[in-house]
Amino acid sequence: MRTTRREFLILAAMSFAVPQAARAQLDPNLAANRKAAFQEALRRIVGDTQVRRGRVRLQLPPLVDNGNSVPLSVAVESPMTEADHVRVIHVLTEKNPLPDVVSVRLGPRAGRATLSTRVRLADTQSVTAIAQMSDGSFWSDSAEVVVTLSACLEEGLI
Amino acid sequence: MARAVVTVPARAKRGEIVEVKTLAQHPMETGFRRTQTGELIPRDIIRRFSCTYNGTEVYRVDLHPAMSANPLIAFSTVATETGTLAFQWVGDNGYSVTETASISVE
Amino acid sequence: MSLRTALLFAASLLCAGAGAGDIPPSERRSGYDLMSRETRAIQDDDATNPGMLWVLDGEALWSRKAGAADRACAACHGDARTSMKGVAARHPTFDAALGRPVNLEQRINICRIERQKAPALALESRELLALTAYVGRQSRGLPINIAIDARTQPFLDAGRKTFHRRQGQLNLACAQCHDDNWGRRLAGSVIPQAHPTGYPLYRLEWQGLGSLERRLRNCLIGIRAEPYAYGAPEFVDLELFLMWRANGMKIETPAVRP
Repeated sequence: MRTTRREFLILAAMSFAVPQAARAQLDPNLAANRKAAFQEALRRIVGDTQVRRGRVRLQLPPLVDNGNSVPLSVAVESPMTEADHVRVIHVLTEKNPLPDVVSVRLGPRAGRATLSTRVRLADTQSVTAIAQMSDGSFWSDSAEVVVTLSACLEEGLI
Repeated sequence: MARAVVTVPARAKRGEIVEVKTLAQHPMETGFRRTQTGELIPRDIIRRFSCTYNGTEVYRVDLHPAMSANPLIAFSTVATETGTLAFQWVGDNGYSVTETASISVE
Repeated sequence: MSLRTALLFAASLLCAGAGAGDIPPSERRSGYDLMSRETRAIQDDDATNPGMLWVLDGEALWSRKAGAADRACAACHGDARTSMKGVAARHPTFDAALGRPVNLEQRINICRIERQKAPALALESRELLALTAYVGRQSRGLPINIAIDARTQPFLDAGRKTFHRRQGQLNLACAQCHDDNWGRRLAGSVIPQAHPTGYPLYRLEWQGLGSLERRLRNCLIGIRAEPYAYGAPEFVDLELFLMWRANGMKIETPAVRP
């Protein structure tokens, strides 16, 4: 089959584009890099303070219907008074391209320290919610989620 | 065109904690997707959502690309007084949407 | 899931593989029943169902004047909540002028062209999806009601043939997954019975609202078949068959599906 000039130019342009994409997807250190990014984000949030397990309840379905839209809810036990309340809620992941998912700033006016939303999860992984209290302490919870690829995709597999 | 929808109870007792549900229409393009020929589709997301109650901020959210398209943000707030809840979504490429809802508190 | 529901579901899984053939009416399940509790909750609450964003757009478009006739849908049809009740549940219906069944999207465009003297809305465009979702919403909870007579029988038969015809590189017929293996898993997804009870629907995979035609195209691509062009009569015949096959099941528009 003879290649037209137009086809040749497109193929030539693609030959530059594809190695870039391939490099990103075939990076042997992908998992390690993303895990490191997660640790870095965690450090950025809590500094040197120890994060304690408890008081936070993170709910996610154990097996998602679709990784594009995973229902997520966080609830933190707190009287939500001026003296004792949740200041910030963070949600982080270990395997997404970026570790941060969402951060919520709230206070006693919220009544209850909660968030319900829908998130994107790139792979089967652990999701972590961290609550920063008014007294400076940090509490957390994690949930394991299994994420699979949809069976019938729009573009098919290239 | 509906760009955002908020659901707030019309009436509440003073001190009651009410549920607020918000939906914004937005693709939340992550910036990690590629076209069929390999070009990166640029990031285009809502970055911040805030809710004020008669002018005082009561809830603020920083969104990242991991938030799903057409983001749902549901939370609670204390019905302190009669007035207006104002919602704002701000994002890339000059995206800015506001919505309001009235609440009557007895 | 309660124990009773779990046992019923397990029993239905055993029956699903029992053999080829149509699904008995007592075993018909909407895709809704096969989704997770969390996704079902998204569909049930208008405040969290993203499809409602399109329904509200449709509500606005309903009252907007359009075309050379400078007429809104509301001018002829009044309040959609009464005039459009049951309409989506009856489509596709036979159009005498065209001599064949038309679906709801086509019906809306026929009105646009003939009554509003406006250009047709492109298939899968935001406006057409919004109007279809708005009209569909008015039938929510009503049973699907496709009436077949001598005029529509040949098109139903054509749709049924397509449903049972092996297609594509994977050489699969719709019936093989959706009649014979519903309830089982394909990759990580549960195979539904393929009843179009909630279209246009918000598909989590699309991160947006889409039509039945778009979903059927996804299926055809999935079995490595060349998808028919948008608006092709094969799609409308298949839609007629699928809706008839789902007769009696409740409309869920705008549904949410994985």
